[in-house]
Amino acid sequence: MPKYLIRRLGQAVLVVAGVIVLTFAIMRLVPGDPAVAYAGPKATAAELAEARQRFGLDDPLPVQLWNYVRDLLGGDWGTSLHTRQPVRDDLLQAFPASLELVGAALIIALVVGIPLGIAAARYKGRLPDLTVRLSSMLAVSVPVFWLALALQTVFASGLGWFPVAGEYDASLDQTSPLSLYTNITAVDALIGGNWPILTSTLSHLVLPALVIAAYPAGVVAQMTRAALIEESSRDHARLERALGFGETAVLTRFALRPALNPVLSLIALVFAYSIVNGFLVEAVFNWPGLGRYAADSIRSLDTPAIAGVTLLVAVLYVVANLAVDLVQGLVDPRVRAR
Amino acid sequence: MTAPALPAFRRTPLRRLAGVDRLAVAGAVLLALIVLAALLAPWIAPYPEDGGSATHPLEALLPPSGAHWFGTDQVGRDVLSRVLFGARTSLLIAVAVLAVSGVAGVLLGVVAGYAGGWVRDVIMRVTDIFLAFPALLLSLALAVVLQPSVTTVIVAIAVTWWPWYARLTASVAASVSTRGFVDSARCLGVPAPLIVLRHVLPNSLTPVLVQLSLDGGGVILTAAALSYLGLGAHEPTPEWGLMVQQGQSLFTTDWWVVTFPGLAILLTAFAFNVLGEGLRARLSR
Repeated sequence: MPKYLIRRLGQAVLVVAGVIVLTFAIMRLVPGDPAVAYAGPKATAAELAEARQRFGLDDPLPVQLWNYVRDLLGGDWGTSLHTRQPVRDDLLQAFPASLELVGAALIIALVVGIPLGIAAARYKGRLPDLTVRLSSMLAVSVPVFWLALALQTVFASGLGWFPVAGEYDASLDQTSPLSLYTNITAVDALIGGNWPILTSTLSHLVLPALVIAAYPAGVVAQMTRAALIEESSRDHARLERALGFGETAVLTRFALRPALNPVLSLIALVFAYSIVNGFLVEAVFNWPGLGRYAADSIRSLDTPAIAGVTLLVAVLYVVANLAVDLVQGLVDPRVRAR
Repeated sequence: MTAPALPAFRRTPLRRLAGVDRLAVAGAVLLALIVLAALLAPWIAPYPEDGGSATHPLEALLPPSGAHWFGTDQVGRDVLSRVLFGARTSLLIAVAVLAVSGVAGVLLGVVAGYAGGWVRDVIMRVTDIFLAFPALLLSLALAVVLQPSVTTVIVAIAVTWWPWYARLTASVAASVSTRGFVDSARCLGVPAPLIVLRHVLPNSLTPVLVQLSLDGGGVILTAAALSYLGLGAHEPTPEWGLMVQQGQSLFTTDWWVVTFPGLAILLTAFAFNVLGEGLRARLSR
């Protein structure tokens, strides 16, 4: 195990290094001068020169890359050109909101997707199976921004069942101020026993979380179905059938646990994808997360901020991948030998 | 590993419908219809001139009717005509992305798989780096750098798409390379590039082709998302994501402007997914 651990960690570090270089390269290609964006259109030549000096834009590229890496490792992710705050602080504020949204979506995806996958496997080749397969394919084919607009129009603007936008009712900040622990509003409200904000957040969460949940619910249902069908064709399932267990019992009591292993790894990998998919949904529901921050940064060609978001999500993906591999290596020695 | 045959297998129509081949056929038929609609757009669109920059201010935002089945948009263009022309944009992007990233990924993958050793390691690590960026994210970053256009969308998505094919091809090519006929070719003195192209490559293609048809839907969705964010196609190009973006503020009052382009994206992505699923299930039997 230690050898596997070291090799896998080494690979991950290598990939993160590559991700940093690639991010740096993209940011150097951005049209427009970051110094101009920072100093403003009416800046004098001296002010521009000072801004160029400040961002080290006159240095040769390898030096700039070296400084970039050094600053990153020192915790300095640069200063956003549009919020004028350290990018790291901005990200620490926006990321928990995205985490809250995607976390809720993934919970919905598991709660909906696994039972549907079980039902499809139980009635393989019959009507429930066909229904689940077609609807899961529909779920992964739906354009999220369009689904977000549709649900918002029908259930928020139209029927008024849910709030139209935002994370919670802002007027509650006066009547029952939230004490921060994790920066994740729903969790903080729960810890602090702040019921008004908790209920308000949950009702704001429903629609955007449902939209983001569509894709992972579809893949979870498909994966659960496939893994269960494979598992229930193994020898142990034949023995269980011979012992008189019914088909449903074979699936839920014996086949389900081993079948959930690939499903849970899948969820970790879908996580980073859902964060990015969430960008589009956040834009529609005005959710104060990474997506809104990214959209603002793109609009104002805010290079350090765009680089920060890109880097954060890519690193999240590498970490999720690593976690999956390590956990699987821990439970299954065969993985380590690969 | 096949499932044990069910004891009393009744061949009801539903069971046959759920069968693998039917699924692939259904997907293929749906996709063929969409391709046909795209090809014939100038002839079957009721108002072909509305596929471009025509405006009819007096006919703005008419609800669906006999004259305009899908209604008209903000400047009076027929939504049905624009949806039909939009199929050309979306399919063009999908074909271009899949062709470029498929060729690049397969070539790199087959070299990595055949060569093995450090060559494989280097190619796979570079692949890993690109895989670390979710497609939409890297496309977003690239689309900011390049000027918004359909070409930008194609380039941005292709850059994020090839690693999947490289990784898939590498693993298949590695196992193909251990087979007897490759050894024989090597013994006969066939040069390595020729072995790769003539023997390893053709025998490693099938899984990639299935993956390509599964991925068409993903490309369509990503491209629509980029255009929706204003980083892709722009007026007057008929593009579904762009049509949704332009009409989104009108959703509550004039639902048809947003609903039909969105349904078109959904249907096209669905067709690709059904076809790909059907092919995959058939291959893994």
